[in-house]
Amino acid sequence: MTMTPAKVPRELDSPLDGGVGESRRRPDGTLKVTGEFAYSSDLWLEGMLWGVTLRSPHPRARIRSIDVSEALAHPGVEAVLTHEDVPGFKFYGLEHKDQPVLAIDQVRYQGEPVALVAADHPEVARRAAAKIKVDYEVLTPITDARRAAFDPDCEKVHEDGNVVRHQPVIFGGDVAEARAGADVIVSETFEVGIQDQAFLGPESGLAVPGEDGGVDLYVATQWMHSDLWQIAPCLGLPEEKVRMTMAGVGGAFGGREDLSMQIHAAMLAMRTGKPVKIVYNREESFFGHVHRHPARMRYEYGATRDGKLVFAEAEIILDGGAYASSTPNVVGNAASLGVGPYKIPSIRVDAYGVYTNNPPCGAMRGFGAVQACFAYESMMDRMAAALGLDPVTFRQINAAHPGDALATGQVLEHMAPLAEMLGRLKAMPMPPERDAAGHDLRELPGGVSNTTHGEGVRRGVGYGVGIKNICFSEGFDDYSTARVRLSIIGGEPTVLVHTSAAEVGQGLVTLKAQIARSELGVRRVTIAPADNQVGSAGSSSASRQSYMTGGAVKVACEAVRERMFKLFEERLGRPPASLAEAVEHLPEVLGDEVIDETREFHHHRTERMDPVTGQANSHTQLAICVHRAVVDVDVELGLVKVVELAAVQDVGKIMNPLSLEGQIHGGTAQGLGLALMEEIVVADGKVRNPSFTDYLIPTILDMPPMRLDILEYADPRAPYGLRGAGEPPTLSSTPAIVAAIRDASGLALTRVPVRPEHIAGSS
Amino acid sequence: MERGETAVRAEIALRVNGEERRVVADTRTSLLDLLRERLGLTGSKKGCDHGQCGACTVLVDGRRVNACLALAVAHQGADVVTVEGLADGDEPHPLQRAFVENDAFQCGYCTPGQLCSAVGVLAEAARGWPSHVTADLAADGVELDEAEIRERMSGNICRCGAYPGIVAAIREAAGGGTAR
Repeated sequence: MTMTPAKVPRELDSPLDGGVGESRRRPDGTLKVTGEFAYSSDLWLEGMLWGVTLRSPHPRARIRSIDVSEALAHPGVEAVLTHEDVPGFKFYGLEHKDQPVLAIDQVRYQGEPVALVAADHPEVARRAAAKIKVDYEVLTPITDARRAAFDPDCEKVHEDGNVVRHQPVIFGGDVAEARAGADVIVSETFEVGIQDQAFLGPESGLAVPGEDGGVDLYVATQWMHSDLWQIAPCLGLPEEKVRMTMAGVGGAFGGREDLSMQIHAAMLAMRTGKPVKIVYNREESFFGHVHRHPARMRYEYGATRDGKLVFAEAEIILDGGAYASSTPNVVGNAASLGVGPYKIPSIRVDAYGVYTNNPPCGAMRGFGAVQACFAYESMMDRMAAALGLDPVTFRQINAAHPGDALATGQVLEHMAPLAEMLGRLKAMPMPPERDAAGHDLRELPGGVSNTTHGEGVRRGVGYGVGIKNICFSEGFDDYSTARVRLSIIGGEPTVLVHTSAAEVGQGLVTLKAQIARSELGVRRVTIAPADNQVGSAGSSSASRQSYMTGGAVKVACEAVRERMFKLFEERLGRPPASLAEAVEHLPEVLGDEVIDETREFHHHRTERMDPVTGQANSHTQLAICVHRAVVDVDVELGLVKVVELAAVQDVGKIMNPLSLEGQIHGGTAQGLGLALMEEIVVADGKVRNPSFTDYLIPTILDMPPMRLDILEYADPRAPYGLRGAGEPPTLSSTPAIVAAIRDASGLALTRVPVRPEHIAGSS
Repeated sequence: MERGETAVRAEIALRVNGEERRVVADTRTSLLDLLRERLGLTGSKKGCDHGQCGACTVLVDGRRVNACLALAVAHQGADVVTVEGLADGDEPHPLQRAFVENDAFQCGYCTPGQLCSAVGVLAEAARGWPSHVTADLAADGVELDEAEIRERMSGNICRCGAYPGIVAAIREAAGGGTAR
């Protein structure tokens, strides 16, 4: 008996025209607007059980004992599992295998999984989980990241110390000497709160036990093979016995790069011999995935009176919470991009990733670079003000040009000059001035629910610049695999594109079809569901899939094309005059034969950062986006209305204008969220707001219209010259909006999100 | 609840996407769970189960409702339309077409709720129901300009931030004619 669940992903037909560079519609678009698109939460198998996770209520505690007997006796319950039931290796993790599948003897954060229950109904499972008796010895949580890092008397979250990674960057001349030569010095400490990915489709999936003792897993993830490499050892199974299929992904933004319910559902399915579905609810989702690292950043800059920066010094502390996740990479980004795309003769950056008993943090769109960007852009504004210079002019004076080196010594190449991007941004038309006299109440911050008539409303304008690394960095041999199959179906040449890459909404399925159409000259392209029957595609993160999986599809198509041409010559005795001619004759040339090619695509190698100086060509590609924000601030009520956002971004090559604009809008919206409202509030290691009532994300009212100016400075090393585009707008929108609020209010505002009380002075 | 002790079950009759449906269900079942788990209509999405995100929005007797906050048993005999029922046979609803054409979504998880909500908005505007931002409260119909659309769609969160596309799609559909 093979069990195939209802609502599994299917092949996506893309029978329309449209190659690279066009606004092609999504092949999964119709399914998504008709409700037919199958998300991981929609998976269904008759007779399946429901799994529930019991989580620790304490951020730090020793576990004296766990008694599952009463839960196991609950009618309808089929299994209750603890760490003792983990069939294989009991730890997993993206970088360090430091996270127990289920807590062993201690818990290190509130929400850490302790036990699992499978029952015939989700509410039955929940009630049974409440009957598990865990005897905790509650300990005082370690919650101050700075103290955890530097105080030798501070207790340890893990035995091997609290610093996950310290990465210094030392560039150019001695900072102390440079400081002596500075006319103006400014310094400040900045903070970034914990942002949540808050994807709308909570963690969910289905595990189906196989007759061979293996398991079929249907999950929504960002990197299927990374999941597999962590899951199989914990289940004590060889990788080929863990068959994975990508279920529909309801948003990701980094939050699905780590495992959530994957191993748990598989353990329950293997134990009960029945399919098991796990779906987190919204509250559990806040505990079920890593967040954006909160940061505390101390910066000091010096400049000469003519506006030239002479030194920059920064200490960046990133609180990684209880487990490492991708903290080492977040530290690498914060360190290497810590002062942004500016030419500064003397630089010293120290970035630290630290273990605490706060919520675990890892990947979120723009990771490491987002936090630093808020600090260095705030410093640029502060220094411009101290020098009496226009903030755009000051940035232009200090902008790194192509050929200039970043703090790591890596030279900027093949990209739009920042100074010119800023010039274009500043020249974009401004929204109409606010009519202070005859103003329409509906236009005010807070709308007509305001308690004033806008007497305290001021307009402000701010600018932000951000630089993000694209693809994986620091020596990682990053690659993606694509399989392309060409055959004649119903008399028409048809291409099947098969990868394991995660479509998370970014439009990768659209792009893969566009590339296949452009490279092979066919109309009909089918996208196979993503599974692990084809090699790794790497993660849908780091803005890398257009580059990497796009690149893999391109080279696989080229291999297919080569065989297609060869076959043409064999059968017709001459080479084809053109691709179009080859395709035209394909039905007779190919007949019943199939051309099937699989290729791996690797980007050029990068280097590890020097452990002492941080110097290295550590990044594959760099991308810059710049934002201008226009805001109205009610300085009495503390309310902010973002009136307009404008952005200039260099994307190398526009692959799909409509999708690209969507990425810039979306990234900008998430940056707006960090600027104004999004924060997981933690007190004594406990999350205070795990719901959408108290964790606010931008609505359609919060997100203003945008003006975009998209540039194409091709990167000759990237497929089609493209540059990853999803993350850069997430960086620069935040500091631009905060700068605009400062401009309107005159306040220093050193922390995001900026809340009404920070503006109205009531905090 | 120990099973069988306190659970109250009732037959619930609904007209769903034009079809009469009868289900015996626990009276605590939300309309969303009934649709998704008892009727197999998984198009409506559970994003928060607390009425905060709008992903579960359906039309009940023509009006927008958060299905996660509605008890199914409280809507006996109601006419329910979900995303699966928006199209007219093979002909997509103009809003469905406009959402695809304007790329008004990315991951698509909020889209069923956005669409049902937008269908509700078009109907409300046609009936002249004012919103928070309507200038002329006495007008017969409301013109769905950008401000009206934003105000009326503010209960539906799109985490991917496809809001510019959503505004464009609804404007297009509100303007009448097919969206191309």
